[in-house]
Amino acid sequence: MATTTATTATKYWSGGRSPFNVEYGKLMMWYFLMSDAFTFGAFLISYGTTRFATNGWPNPNHVFNAFPGIQGNLPLLFLSLMTFILILSSVTMVLAVHEGHNMNKSGVAKYLALTILGGLAFLGCQAWEWTHLHHEGAWWGSNPFPNADGSTSTTNFTNFFFTITGFHGFHVFSGVIINIIMLIMTLKNKFEQRGHYLIIEKAGLYWHFVDLVWVFVFTCFYLL
Amino acid sequence: MEHVTTAAIHHDKNVGGGRKEIFRVTIILSVLTIIELGFGFSMYYINNTLTIHFIKGIIVILMLAKAFYIVAYFMHLKHELRNMIMTIVVPLLLFVWFIIAFLTDGNSFNNLKNRYNGYYKEHMSQPMQKKEETK
Repeated sequence: MATTTATTATKYWSGGRSPFNVEYGKLMMWYFLMSDAFTFGAFLISYGTTRFATNGWPNPNHVFNAFPGIQGNLPLLFLSLMTFILILSSVTMVLAVHEGHNMNKSGVAKYLALTILGGLAFLGCQAWEWTHLHHEGAWWGSNPFPNADGSTSTTNFTNFFFTITGFHGFHVFSGVIINIIMLIMTLKNKFEQRGHYLIIEKAGLYWHFVDLVWVFVFTCFYLL
Repeated sequence: MEHVTTAAIHHDKNVGGGRKEIFRVTIILSVLTIIELGFGFSMYYINNTLTIHFIKGIIVILMLAKAFYIVAYFMHLKHELRNMIMTIVVPLLLFVWFIIAFLTDGNSFNNLKNRYNGYYKEHMSQPMQKKEETK
């Protein structure tokens, strides 16, 4: 391995090793996530463009004001719960990756299980919210909420909301599936035999990306 | 080849800050989220358009800060080699142009519609009737 010669600096580009000092799979996961970021970016920018091309827009504080089991006007409370569930599941995923570096099988399994629970809780929250909005008459092509100043709104509000949160929810769903596969492989000692838990890191990258997208989606739809 | 790559990763494994860093970033993310939600909630009581725009600006900055912490620490991008960081981050700079170009375009389209399309302006300013019978 041509790592060190007379010079002190490591020669990453002289061959025999990854120039970026990462595995092939991890690098490709990063490039996939970059392309996925452009997909979500395109969705969010088209939402922004449409919003800028419209007089008035519904106030999210008046639309998202319900919480399961509690009566009354509670703006943003349910959203806060969903956001914290996703952040915490991201934290447990980092901890799973960390345990994987230390070759601690039971730690990886424990934190992966917690991450899966967090993902399922988030999906449950989203299912409840969609059902609730649907009962209020909101769906693709139907928007019961007037603009913030009471004037007539367009169906773009609900169209974009359901499309983008739906696309994000689908990412969460696939992330949960990936994590379940990782958990099964961990429990079957696949990674112990392989000698490393590097694939957990790639699943972790995907899961953090889902959390990252939620940061943008929830800000654009619920706060701005 | 596989052996070489694995060796390189093992050499790398302690570069990140470990549990301490994870908990620090968790706290930062939670605090930023609470502030962000607080600002979002405060707009419920504010009617001044200029103040609302100012608050929305702050929320966008907080959003970008959160994105930075997730990518840099949770996804470990900060601990990668500089060349790799650049192959990820530089293409994303396209978003700067996307956002400026498309939002300006949308705004311009709205101005044109308001100026030349009388129906659009009139229809949009009508108070919206509640459709109670629809389920």
